[in-house]
Amino acid sequence: MELTTIWFLLVAVLFTGYFILEGFDFGVGMLLPVLGRDDRERRVMINTIGPVWDGNEVWLITAGGAMFAAFPEWYATLFSGFYLPLLLILLALIARGVAFEYRHKRPEASWKRRWDAAIFFGSLVPAVLWGVAFANILRGVPLDVDHEYVGGLLNLLNPYALLGGATTAALFLTHGAVFIALKTVGDIRDRAAALAVRLGVAAAVLAVAFLSWTLTIRSSAAAVVLAVGAALALLGGLAAAAVRREGWAFTGTAVAIALAVATLFAALFPNVLPSTLDPAGTLTATNAASTPYTLTIMTWVAVFFTPIVLAYQGWTYWVFRKRIGVAHIPQH
Amino acid sequence: MDALDVARWQFGVTTVYHFLFVPLTIGLSVLVAILQTLWHRTGDEKYLKLTKFYGKLFLINFAMGVVTGIVQEFQFGMNWSDYSRFVGDIFGAPLAIEALVAFFLESTFIGLWIFGWDRLPARLHLASIWAAAIGTNLSAYFILAANSFMQNPVGYRINPDSGRAELTDFVAVLTNKVALITFPHTIAGAFLVAGSLLVAVALWHLIRNPDSADTPAYRFAARFGSWVTLVSAAAVVITGDIQGKIMTQVQPMKMAAAEGLYDTESPASFSVLTVGSLDGTRELFAIKIPYLLSYLGTGDPNGTVQGINDLQAAYTAQYGPGSYTPIIPVTYWSFRLMIGFGLAAAAIALLVLWSQRRGRTPSSRWLLRAGLAMPILPLLANSFGWIFTEMGRQPWIVFGEMLTRDGVSRSVSLAEVLTSFTAFTLIYATLAVIEVKLLVRYARAGVPEVTPDPEPDDTDDADRPLAFAY
Repeated sequence: MELTTIWFLLVAVLFTGYFILEGFDFGVGMLLPVLGRDDRERRVMINTIGPVWDGNEVWLITAGGAMFAAFPEWYATLFSGFYLPLLLILLALIARGVAFEYRHKRPEASWKRRWDAAIFFGSLVPAVLWGVAFANILRGVPLDVDHEYVGGLLNLLNPYALLGGATTAALFLTHGAVFIALKTVGDIRDRAAALAVRLGVAAAVLAVAFLSWTLTIRSSAAAVVLAVGAALALLGGLAAAAVRREGWAFTGTAVAIALAVATLFAALFPNVLPSTLDPAGTLTATNAASTPYTLTIMTWVAVFFTPIVLAYQGWTYWVFRKRIGVAHIPQH
Repeated sequence: MDALDVARWQFGVTTVYHFLFVPLTIGLSVLVAILQTLWHRTGDEKYLKLTKFYGKLFLINFAMGVVTGIVQEFQFGMNWSDYSRFVGDIFGAPLAIEALVAFFLESTFIGLWIFGWDRLPARLHLASIWAAAIGTNLSAYFILAANSFMQNPVGYRINPDSGRAELTDFVAVLTNKVALITFPHTIAGAFLVAGSLLVAVALWHLIRNPDSADTPAYRFAARFGSWVTLVSAAAVVITGDIQGKIMTQVQPMKMAAAEGLYDTESPASFSVLTVGSLDGTRELFAIKIPYLLSYLGTGDPNGTVQGINDLQAAYTAQYGPGSYTPIIPVTYWSFRLMIGFGLAAAAIALLVLWSQRRGRTPSSRWLLRAGLAMPILPLLANSFGWIFTEMGRQPWIVFGEMLTRDGVSRSVSLAEVLTSFTAFTLIYATLAVIEVKLLVRYARAGVPEVTPDPEPDDTDDADRPLAFAY
């Protein structure tokens, strides 16, 4: 296999991992005002992701670094072209990350209320905007022959991209509700499970619409298979949630997100950022790539370190495998 | 004002801001790990108290370092896309490796450490803080290797077809002599901050409340922190001296700009301060130390240090017409402020040690005030050090290969950069106020009462409250 193809796959894997893991972090954050009826319940919710959210976010930093190293043209054009959405994502991630750490540092209700708002918006904004960004990558954007983005902000806010944003938000909400049902005990667990099914139906409708639209824009046999797989996994997850098999439900939503992201990358390949203007402006896995020497070094680093990272990150989830409830939340 | 100016200001503001938190994360992670190791080894409760106390301050700071760090990685693509295209083949690799090898380690194990007090066996919990500390320090190496490429590009060629820099020798990039010396210099600077924080907080409690039952803990922290500060200061001076000589070889203009030395001199003197203008025309008053600049730059008190005018002429001949001179007042003063603030922190650390000689308890109000200033001094020294090294490289973004003005994103408008710069400045300023208030609040609260956390036990702890929760 070509090195550029390997790196296209690796970038896809990193974003897939990011969306599976931060997907439920974002879901928990967005559900905070919905499922958390009092401070203790909100703390239960935040503590289900407390030990892991930071490690989950590193998937994004690694994906960004991998893009920079393996496809500098893609990184440069995408990040400068999608300027304002990325700015909003960054501001949201800043507010959310600090909120997790600072929320419990003072007892005043007003203090907590403000950080709760930061967690909510800090989760909602990226959950929507990542969908908008990836839909635009799929759809293609106006790039000139120097691969410079020449569209404006409004170019990114087209109906297809907005549907993409609604889809990722709905998927992450469902994924988050399922995760809360999986990680908590007591009343909140029941409410999360019931909400997961309702949210999941909406997510399924949106996801089917979005993926179908995607396949009319660009498609491949693999993409079609993956899209069907994503829909089936989501429906399976919802069925499991309905009968309160929470482990299976979580597996279902996680696989659905993975296959949906895989659908996008499969449909995109071998392009990485298509141009809607001159086809010469289109960035591909070949013309956006680094030299074979750089890609070879990066491949060895990835081959050696990725299993280690997966092992210790997986172990973290094992350490914090216990469900928590309001009884586990200390007073201070 | 154009997009380039604003992009440069944004990079400066966000980077200096990010680096207010980084040194404390680098240094304090190790110091907290040492404190916890002492507790683990001796069973003396004061070490556990100090671990939890400074651990809290560490985490308040850590969160800020994490969230401001993401901006740094994204900013290259957003504001400096032509730079990213030009160096991506080389510069991206250390960034990706930093994330994969260091950030995952740091972030995952910090989560285990924060929440693992009663979930992990004591040894594993101790290993977690060490793993996080190693990850943090490792991350510094990769990012400094990337930065060193900008100061002294090595291990690459320029592809004549694409005009881009391409990696030819990754080992050369990782063993860039600028990286090898900048790493210990930066790490030592980080421990200078962390040691100073230990001292400042402990001293405040010692002087304000000398009869507290926790005085032995604070005494230990003040002495430990003072030694860390002094040893770090010595390491900063030694590494800085070597770094100066390497800088004189690879970026002679930066050394000339550090002194505002216009004409090549041998021997060259170092001015402690200058009153007047720094454009080489009017000098009202200056305190000069003869031979010192020659020694700093070459190791020989009579060595030749090239002046700005000669270098400018040589660069014009080599690279074509244009100014290759940094903004001299910025480089001149940032260089002195870096040294001055660093030495001031070391001097206060010496006073703190002296005040505790033979079991005495420090009580001087003046020492208290000096101690409170202590963590701010090395933070300023770190900031001015970065301002010096980055401004001293100008007008280059990659020395000798790409000008800063050629690296900026062409597709990003002034309005967009202004929006971004304003947004970051506002959110950073707000968070700075919140962060400092929290740090002061938790520093004032003093060491906590501790009960050793129970060992994890799967059978009977199902409903026990968590040892720590957000």
